[in-house]
Amino acid sequence: MSLLQIRNLRVEFDTAAGPFRALDGVDYTVEAGEVLAIVGESGSGKSVAMLAMMGLLPDSATVTADEMSFEGVDLRSLSTAQRRKVIGKDISMIFQEPIASLNPCFTVGFQLLETLKAHTDLNRRQRRDRVIELLTAVGIPEPERRVNAFPHQMSGGQCQRVMIAIATACHPKLLIADEPTTALDVTIQKQILDLLTGLQRDHGMGLIMITHDMGVVAETADRVVVQYQGKQMETADVLTLFEAPEHPYTRALLSALPENATGDRLPTVSDYTEAFASEQTEART
Amino acid sequence: MSDAILKVRDLKRDYVTKGGLFTPPRVLHAVKGVSFDVERGSTLAVVGESGCGKSTLARMLTMIDAPTSGSIEIDGAPIDISAGKVTREMRQAVQIVFQNPYGSLNPRQKIGAVLEEPLLLNTSTPAAERRDLAMAMLEKVGLKPEHYGRYPHMFSGGQRQRVAIARAIMLKPKLLVLDEPVSALDLSVQAQILNLLADLQDEFNLTYVFISHDLSVVRYIADQVMVMYFGEAVEYGTRDAVFDNPQHDYTKTLFAATPRADVASIKARLAAKSAA
Ligand SMILES: Nc1ncnc2c1ncn2[C@@H]1O[C@H](COP(=O)(O)OP(=O)(O)OP(=O)(O)O)[C@@H](O)[C@H]1O
Ligand SMILES: Nc1ncnc2c1ncn2[C@@H]1O[C@H](COP(=O)(O)OP(=O)(O)OP(=O)(O)O)[C@@H](O)[C@H]1O
Ligand SMILES: [Mg+2]
Ligand SMILES: [Mg+2]
Repeated sequence: MSLLQIRNLRVEFDTAAGPFRALDGVDYTVEAGEVLAIVGESGSGKSVAMLAMMGLLPDSATVTADEMSFEGVDLRSLSTAQRRKVIGKDISMIFQEPIASLNPCFTVGFQLLETLKAHTDLNRRQRRDRVIELLTAVGIPEPERRVNAFPHQMSGGQCQRVMIAIATACHPKLLIADEPTTALDVTIQKQILDLLTGLQRDHGMGLIMITHDMGVVAETADRVVVQYQGKQMETADVLTLFEAPEHPYTRALLSALPENATGDRLPTVSDYTEAFASEQTEART
Repeated sequence: MSDAILKVRDLKRDYVTKGGLFTPPRVLHAVKGVSFDVERGSTLAVVGESGCGKSTLARMLTMIDAPTSGSIEIDGAPIDISAGKVTREMRQAVQIVFQNPYGSLNPRQKIGAVLEEPLLLNTSTPAAERRDLAMAMLEKVGLKPEHYGRYPHMFSGGQRQRVAIARAIMLKPKLLVLDEPVSALDLSVQAQILNLLADLQDEFNLTYVFISHDLSVVRYIADQVMVMYFGEAVEYGTRDAVFDNPQHDYTKTLFAATPRADVASIKARLAAKSAA
């Protein structure tokens, strides 16, 4: 039994301009202790897929799937209260825009304490110690002082790390990390990736890593899903993906690194996909 | 001949945080005296560890926060926001793309209005033309006409980041400060945005201060590079000088820590994992 199993997920939004299909039949499977990376272009439905699974999309969204189960339990059969119990404790998420997902009215220490209060049996003192431990683990300097800071008194990357501390506070069985290191320089990124893969290794945590950074994929993933315009282009284990990418979009993604700029223009994926398209037409004629 | 549009001298910014019940108030020196010039039509990239003061610097350059001490001169005019002497032209000439696009967009304003607002407030462009300009801008940042009528929450993270960039360049500011503007973008869209910024710079001689932690992006876009570490500029020079011959330990660590995306490194990692 997989930790998470989603089959044929579709999401459609009602918009003023008519229905918009953000996801068109995607599948995700995550085993305990596995790292699944989801990569793909901006707007390809990576965040929407995870929010759909967590039941966090607005009413304008219609979600359907053939299967959506966590540890064999159909998430859709759960009542809101039951689902809330699973989400937060067993499944937790690092949101893409951390500053927007922290509560501006409470100190970061308070927000961490509340999470521990809701999901653990730790006493007051233990909670306090754990908060310091968590902030230290994500590399926040002077954590004893920083517990009293409000989110707006922290830098972008510090907020992102507080969010990571909150999400990992209760040892979830599945952690969804949506672009968890976008605001971090490579040295701190390394510390965070080590932290996440450590949790995955030591606690058998399943990890879904949404990222546009192929370096992060190379350094963490077991398997990779590649998305493009709401569809799944390719699923492969990490080595195969880098050694023999199958889909033109994946190849384009791997070649679009700024290191590969020719002259003073950067290659974009459309440069490649157009080239592939004409290659294919030429091959046919 | 030097034509510096931005001159910064010994700029400092402290934050005083209120003490708790048992802790005294405390001063945090976020920016500890940085000096630099930016030539008109060029790009200064600012790199540095998370929390080293980059966004604080950006807010001072764009006249949002007042420095604790030091001076900023834009286009020959000294800036002193605490004296309330900043003109509208000055504000219009300097724009910022915030690190957190969500927080900088009004949730009740449709994207079309977001893009047209700067034109409405600062120019006498007629409505129909404003709309055309906004539509054209949407396309330039890789968004679609149907996005015109949508609200900020209906966008993906990377789409919102592009809206913020589009808004900032609507008026072709002389000086544009971009705080991690492409951090949420996949490589293809990132390339499109970087190409767009390069085109605008060529065409209108725009000047950029570009904050980024992505060294490959910095290498591509920067003329000058400044590396900050705990509020200080520990390295400042031409791109080639900094990349080819980094002086400070932090810069060296930064170069060494860049993730490896080659097959050999992946194989080594997987081997280590299965051995464990
Ligand atoms: N509430 C909504 N109403 C309408 N469209 C929406 C809504 N939320 C998201 N979308 C659209 O759904 C698509 C998928 O969005 P999603 O946030 O999943 O993208 P993403 O792959 O996470 O991209 P990014 O890398 O930029 O974060 C986008 O085109 C987005 O504009
Ligand atoms: N309003 C504030 N009150 C108190 N401290 C603050 C405030 N704003 C920022 N700081 C502190 O000042 C330091 C510099 O913050 P800044 O946001 O400039 O960092 P940054 O270099 O932009 O980091 P990042 O890359 O993580 O965004 C940080 O330690 C931060 O916690
Ligand atoms: Mg997203
Ligand atoms: Mg910042």
